[in-house]
Parts: sequence; C-alpha cells; structure tokens
Amino acid sequence: MEIKAPVPQIPVPFWKDVKDLQEWETHHQRRPDAGDKHSALFEQVTEGIHNFPGGFALTTVADGFFNWARKSSVWPVSFGLACCAIEMMATFASRFDVERLGMVPWASPRHSDLMIVSGTVTIKMAPMLKRIYDQMPDPKWVVSMGSCANSGGPFRHGYHVVKGVDRVVAVDVYVPGCPPPPESLLNGLLLLQDQIAHFRRTGHRAEPTPKVD
Amino acid sequence: MTPDRARELLGTVAGVTLSGAGTPVVAQVEPAQWLDAARFAKDTLGCAFFSFLTAIDWKEQGLEIVAWVDNLDARVSVELRTKLGPGVTSCASLTPVYRGANWMEREGFDMFGVRFEGHPDLRRILLADDWEGHPLLKSYAVDTPHPPYR
Amino acid sequence: MPDVRALDYAGSERLTMNMGPQHPSAHGVFRAILTLEGETVVGVDAVIGYLHRCHEKLAETLAYVQYPTIASKTDYVAAMSSELAYVMAAERIGSFEVPKRAQYLRVLMGELQRIASHCLWLGTWCMDMGGALGGGATIFLYCIRERELVLDLFESLVGARLLYGFHQVGGVRYDLPEGWTAECRKTVALIEQRLGEYEGMLEDNPFFMMRTKGVGVISTALAQDVGISGPLLRGSGVEWDLRRSQPYSSYEDFAFTVPVETGGDCYARYKVRMVEFRQSIRIIRQILDGLPAGPISSRPGVKSLAQVKVPKGEAYARVEGPRGEVGCFLVSDGSNKPYRMKWRGASFSNLAVLPHILPGCSVADVVAIMGSVDPVFGEVDR
Repeated sequence: MEIKAPVPQIPVPFWKDVKDLQEWETHHQRRPDAGDKHSALFEQVTEGIHNFPGGFALTTVADGFFNWARKSSVWPVSFGLACCAIEMMATFASRFDVERLGMVPWASPRHSDLMIVSGTVTIKMAPMLKRIYDQMPDPKWVVSMGSCANSGGPFRHGYHVVKGVDRVVAVDVYVPGCPPPPESLLNGLLLLQDQIAHFRRTGHRAEPTPKVD
Repeated sequence: MTPDRARELLGTVAGVTLSGAGTPVVAQVEPAQWLDAARFAKDTLGCAFFSFLTAIDWKEQGLEIVAWVDNLDARVSVELRTKLGPGVTSCASLTPVYRGANWMEREGFDMFGVRFEGHPDLRRILLADDWEGHPLLKSYAVDTPHPPYR
Repeated sequence: MPDVRALDYAGSERLTMNMGPQHPSAHGVFRAILTLEGETVVGVDAVIGYLHRCHEKLAETLAYVQYPTIASKTDYVAAMSSELAYVMAAERIGSFEVPKRAQYLRVLMGELQRIASHCLWLGTWCMDMGGALGGGATIFLYCIRERELVLDLFESLVGARLLYGFHQVGGVRYDLPEGWTAECRKTVALIEQRLGEYEGMLEDNPFFMMRTKGVGVISTALAQDVGISGPLLRGSGVEWDLRRSQPYSSYEDFAFTVPVETGGDCYARYKVRMVEFRQSIRIIRQILDGLPAGPISSRPGVKSLAQVKVPKGEAYARVEGPRGEVGCFLVSDGSNKPYRMKWRGASFSNLAVLPHILPGCSVADVVAIMGSVDPVFGEVDR
C-alpha cells in the first residue's frame, strides 16, 4: 500500500471570514520610505564612496558599526497603557533585565528611539499616542505588545477601542499574547534588533531576513 | 441598627416601598423623593458609606437608578432604587448628601444620558467631551464604528 | 524653615500644568490638570477614560463562561479578586453551591494575589518618590524579585503570570499540582523574611519619612462619604474589611487581624499595607495546613457557551481586593448572558477623593499621594 507524504496545507485563516484581514490591509499605517532623514548631499557622497572601486569596504564597515551602535542602545519611552505595562515593567526589572541589551526605559519621548505600545489603545488615547510618537526623533521604531495593541484584542468589538495601534502609527514588530510574558517581549525586542541591523547607508530599511520562530 | 430596624424606619418615609428580607434592605423610591430618601438613609439610618450609583436600561419601561449605601458600624446595606419611567432622563443628584455620587453620576450621564439636577459639574467622564450617543443604552450597538480608528 | 504651604503667594499668576496621560509615574493612563500657584496645587481636574474598554457593554454580549477571563483585565494587578467578584455575583443570583475545597483555593489565590499586588505597589511607589535612576529603583527591583516568586506559583498552577482564567461559575478550573504546596510555603517564608529588611530600609530613611508623614491626609468623614475602601479607608481610622465584616468564600474560617491606623496620611496607608502582607501570609499558612479534599467545582468544565444559565434576578457581590471593595452588580434575565453588569471598581472611588485632598499640597506630594492611593486604571475606566 502506497503511503503518501503529507501535503503541506495552506494554513486556514485565523479569522472565520477575511473581512478583518481586508480591514487591516486598508487601514494599517505604513512607514514612509525614508527612515532616516539624511541630506541629499550626504546621500550623494556616500553613494559616491560606495561605488568607487574599493569604497564599499568603508561604507559597509561604517554601516555595520552604526547599526551595531543603534541596535545596542535602543531607548524605549515608557508608554504603558494597561495590563501589558505590568509585564513590560517586569521585563525591565530584576529577573528579565532588559538593560543588559542596552535598553534604558526613558520617560521623555524626545530622547527615545522605541515606543513599546503595551495595552489597549482607546479612541480617547489615540491622539495622545500620536503626539508622543511625533515627539520622538527619527529613527524610531514601534513594538506593538499584546493582542490589544496588535488588533484590539479581547476588546475589539467595544465602541471605544482602536482595532490595533497600527491604525495610528506604523508598527515594526508585533508581539502576541495577553499579556505576552517577558520572554515573548524579549523575543520581540531581539527581532527588532535584527531589523535595526539592516539599516542601510541611505536610510532605507532593507527587508529583514525572514526569521521564522 | 439592624436590617429589620432599618426596614421599619424606611417604611415611615413617604414614597418608599420595601421588598425582600434580610440584607440588603431594598427600597423602591419615587423619583420625587429620591434626595429625601438618601438624606434619610444617611442621617437616620447612619449609612455614611457610599458604595456606588448606577443605572439600568429596561428598554420600554425606561431607566432605573440604583444606589448602594452602607452603615459600616452596624453592617447594614441599603439599596435605594428609583424607576424614572419611560422617556424620562432626569433625576435628582445625590451630591449634596454623598460626595462620592459626584463621579458616579457623571458616569451615569456619560453612559445613559441621565441629567442629574443639582450636580455641580455634570459632564462626560469616561468618553471624550464631543462623543455622540450614550453607550450603555440598549439602543446603542456595542461595535459602533468610529472611522478611522474602528 | 518656613512651611512651604503656608507662604503667602502674593503673585496673581496661576499656572495650569498637565500631568498628562503619559508620565513616568508608572500608574497608567491618568491625566491631572493641575492649577498651581508656585509649587502649591490649588485645583485639580482629574481626567480619566483613557482606558475605557467597554467592559460593561461587552459583558452584555459575552456568556458567563466567557467573561471571567475578561473580568481579570479590570484590576489587572489583582486579577484573582476581579474574576471572583463576577463569578460570585452569578453564583449568588443562581444560588450555585461552591465546594469547600474551591472556596479555600479561592481564598488562597486571593491572598497570594494580595501579596503580589502589594509588592508591585511598594516597588512603584518608592520608585516614584525616589526617581527611576535615583535611589527609587532599589526597592522596586527587590519587590519585583519577590513578586516574580509568587507569579511563578501562579504560572505552575494556571499557566499564566498575570491574567488568569482561574475562576468559573461554581468553583475553580485548576487544582494544585504536585509539590505546589511545598513551593508555596518556601516562597511565603522567604517573602516574610525579606519584608522585614525592606521595612527597616524604608523606616530608617529620613527622606521617606518626610515625604510620607502628614502628606495627603484623608479624614474619616471624607473617606466614608466618597466611598473609598481598602487600605485607604483603614488608614483613615475606619475598621472595615469585607473579609471580616461581610465574609465570603469561607473567610470566617481563618484568623487574621485587620490593621487600622488613624493617621490618614500616606505613612498610615503604608503601615496598613505592610501589616496586610503579614496577615495574608498568616492566612495562606492556615489554608495550606487545612486544605480539604474534594471537587474543585460544582459544575463540569466549560464545554459550551450555553452551559451556564443564571435564573432571573439581581445580586451585588463585593470582594476585598488589594485596592479596596471590588464589586459586581449583576442583573440577569435568565439567559446565558447578563442583562446588565455594573463593575464597582475600587480605584474609581479611591481616585474620586483626589480633588478633595490635593488642593494645598505641593507638586511633589501629588506623586507620593498618587502612589499611596495605588490606582489601577483598568478598574477606573473599565
């Protein structure tokens, strides 16, 4: 009797109908192209060095050095909204110390690189969130922590809940969970560091190597 | 002060109908006597602790306001209720008697649209000031859209 | 040295300062619009609602088997007490029996949760007063270390660290695994010993004493009138603890003292909570010594949405959470979903006292008072 190898199945969509997925496609914010605002002169000079025979060695080493500095010193602005904030505080505290990765939680958005949106975003809070995000200087990243920030979570059908923080700001890493335990958040932050490592000289973010977890 | 004594005393107040037995003492009050009943509960029954005040939407029969106060020393709980009647959205405010009613009534206004007469600062508390509609009414859908956020 | 609050401020300039929904005092999304004269607060407008997640409306659309997990997200630092209030209200209407073992397990989890919640309170309060990069992080890191031990116990029991779905109508869902009681005894002994160290550290610190003694005094009459509860009420001289006065879930079987302080200031509330730590440990030891065998629920495990139908009726169930009286006023119409659910959040009433006590304080005292009030905004905004 012939035993057939199992055929890989396309995973059934999580939602019963694709309406939610289409909603997400329409409404989620996308990051504008230039992540880092360099002057045109700077870009021309670096392009020139890169294209000069042997110049690529300098630019790639410089890229590597700056990316290492950027990813090793990401300062999150403490933006705890709800239950996930408690797990975020636990990640920043004794046992799951995130400061060994260089992340110092900083109260002022003006001096931070990362906004970890931990908790449900409500319609009353959304403009405040956008304001804090706008106050952060470039380059900045956003980690959406927890199912409420990812998609509205258990409160998705409430009249005052935003269906995911990606309707307000562009998100780089989504960390699932309700709440995600500190191990999950640390995983998300390490994935973010991998993304930061792909910052290129012109400020364009390359597609990060897909990391399947 | 015991629950039975509280029932006895409440029975003497005009506009109050008592029901049930034991604790809590459930008193159905006419809307016109709402403030007097609360004052009676505080002064005579000794219920100085204000627990909560809320409303229930009974659809065609209108709204009902429920308040819960306690006498902590005697461990007596009194539940004051008043049916406002179909279409009525105004009620007397308990803020002159209990300061805790301030925020609870603002929430009642926010969620049900009940205007509390005599409240010092009646405005929305949980939703934004420019929100339209009163969500906890049965006529309001839970997943009301609000572009672009939902 | 002149008392700052008594200085006569001759200037007519009043400054409106916003302590916005995002601020480093790690209590959540709270906005206080302070009107200041110099450093003194003369008026405060507390704006809440930034975390209004439509709990009460959603409860009308979710069945009794679905909602306890969501209920834990109201007071998310004390999820066990939050779930218990909802489940007790449904049981009270339907007169559902809860087996003795389930009642003892509920009390055990409630008291462990109280310890974890107070650890977080102490840590964040000291961090607010000391500054995150200053000395304040010391107690914070130590207390989080203790809290993690308790959360480990919860994780081995339920599978989750913060938000559990432990309670169900009729009992609880999980039973104690092998070796859990031994681990619990060890943890509790360790916490008791370390608490002594923290108390010593704080009470020898003159800055801590200066910042908490005499700050944020709440009078007994104001406390009862506004309806604050929990350590705030007991710190203002009122002996009211629902576990003693209106015992639920077999609390009458356990011996514990209810701490009452008459100071009414932040220091009094601190002392009340420190005693509560020790009393919770005492209750836990009593439960572990006398846990009865038996079923953990009077109803079978959850298999369908229509499983729990509560008959027509109303009930108000109140639980003594770490922050005060958490209550659930439930109106049911005989189906598997509530008709109306009102959540009486302890922190909502506790915060309502702020406009009465903040005027007259300095800005630095606002931070100390907010910490001692210990609000959790899931309960405030629901």
